[in-house]
Amino acid sequence: MRSKPATTAASRPLSAVLVAGALGVVGLLIVAPLASVFYEAFARGVGAWWGALADDPDTRHAIWLSLTVAPVAVAINTVFGVAAAWLVARFRFPGRSLLISLFDVPFSVSPVVAGLALVLIFGRQGLLGPTLAWLDWKIIFAWPGLVLATTFVTLPLVVRELIPVMEAIGPEEELAAVSLGASGWQVFWRVTLPNIRWALLHGIVLANARAMGEFGAVYVVSGHIAGATDTMPLRVEKLFQEYRQPASMAVASVLAGLALVTLVAKFVIERRLEAESRDLEAARSLPDSLDHTKVEGAVA
Amino acid sequence: MPLPKPTMIALADSTAFATTRAQPAVARGPRRRHAAVLPGFGTSAAITSLVVLSLIVFPLAVLVLRAASLGPAGFLAAAWTPRARAAYSVSLTASLLAAAASSLLGLLVAWVLARVPFPGRRILDALVDVPLALPTAVAGLVYSALYVKKGWLGQWLVPLGIQGAYSYLGIVLVLVFVSLPFAIRVVQPVIESLDRDAEEAARMLGASRAQTFLRVVLPAILPAVATGFALALARALGEYGSVVFISGNMPFKSEIAPVLIVARLEEFAYAEATTVAVLLLAMSITLLVVVNTLQQRLARNAQ
Repeated sequence: MRSKPATTAASRPLSAVLVAGALGVVGLLIVAPLASVFYEAFARGVGAWWGALADDPDTRHAIWLSLTVAPVAVAINTVFGVAAAWLVARFRFPGRSLLISLFDVPFSVSPVVAGLALVLIFGRQGLLGPTLAWLDWKIIFAWPGLVLATTFVTLPLVVRELIPVMEAIGPEEELAAVSLGASGWQVFWRVTLPNIRWALLHGIVLANARAMGEFGAVYVVSGHIAGATDTMPLRVEKLFQEYRQPASMAVASVLAGLALVTLVAKFVIERRLEAESRDLEAARSLPDSLDHTKVEGAVA
Repeated sequence: MPLPKPTMIALADSTAFATTRAQPAVARGPRRRHAAVLPGFGTSAAITSLVVLSLIVFPLAVLVLRAASLGPAGFLAAAWTPRARAAYSVSLTASLLAAAASSLLGLLVAWVLARVPFPGRRILDALVDVPLALPTAVAGLVYSALYVKKGWLGQWLVPLGIQGAYSYLGIVLVLVFVSLPFAIRVVQPVIESLDRDAEEAARMLGASRAQTFLRVVLPAILPAVATGFALALARALGEYGSVVFISGNMPFKSEIAPVLIVARLEEFAYAEATTVAVLLLAMSITLLVVVNTLQQRLARNAQ
């Protein structure tokens, strides 16, 4: 695409107008809000920003809670994502397309609806409410509910990254390993995992960003008890409701900073993924492409 | 066989690979004649079905059964109150407006990203993903701060009578923010893969720039634009976090359906919360089916 001149001389004014339009859209809708978070958060200086975060025990607890909920949800997602991608990309079975569609459900269902469904199961008046009360287990308005809600909304992210990559790589190397006598776990650790590591990391980074920032589903199941079940995004809302906008902006700026770090990581990982897919293609196009040592060498 | 460009909208290539990519002869399930050569079918099937059944199928089934247990009359009485009807109407109109705006603005941005080289294009491309990574609560908070009277944008807009915060317009604005990347990322690769020769031929045969766009380019990208619209709509209909900050959440005026669900739940009005949620769920699932169908068509066109 880039080898061709994209515009002829006559269309240059039009191109300029289009670029200006696109910059306007992104500038107004995306850059201005992003810049404004940091501006508002640091308007009273770094000291005030730090104070808003560190001197408020409820805010400190919210940061700590987010840091404990997100990794658990991401870990569940990683195990599920690898297993589900292996199942769908390496086997054909009845109901496979339905299963793939089910992976997408959390993307299209409102997080609030998901949270409500969890309350209807685990809440005091829910399906398992009496049983949980008898066991004295707390899921709704407690840490396990936060993890469940967060896992639900992030569920498609890892598996969706892995399926296309595993399909593109194909099963040849794994079949070769099995025919040479490797066990299932050996195939996984030595062949599959090295091949999918960047895609897996990509999925994990995205899932972590979503897990840290999830609001709707977590809002419903948390009961928003300050200092107990408020995660960082819920803390932003509570401070906002209490008309403590500077403190609210300070917490928001931490989340926004995290989003920027995510985007940078995503950018770097995507370059690695692109490079690996180019290598894979190059290896495939070799005349003796059945020589798997070459494919492996190129991919590694 | 190039790897598909990884994007954060995994949904965009949801069924495409399943239906279009030529499969190498993979192990074909456990009980077929050529028994599974690759290991791990049992383990991966067990983990996958455990998670999908317990986290997706079971909770949503409980939700639907709970609503169904009210009976048709009870369902209607709970789901069709004046306040709920107003909330559906606000949700639907605001989401449709936002999805339409996202599709139009997204087409412009996607076109520029795909076709017009200019310095900083990669940065613009990266910025498009910001709404996917930025927590929606942050977006809602910041948008409400931007459009109030003293805000960066509000100081110019409010004197003109444009209320961007605590208003219906505010809802549409944040919904455009959260749905914009979906509209862009679906259309962008399709524009990149367009056959430029057809456009050049049309131009050489005397078609104007506008005619070429309307008759040659638009028909080719329309399925992608429609998919982007449906994805944006699905995202907008379910959005809660950002809207709660900016809409003011006035019943009958600026209360969207997800906000109503939470309000009812906090009053322990489970019947109403559940029925509204089921209607919202039905809309999401319908949109999911529409998106999948459109994507299968897209994948066929691409072949």
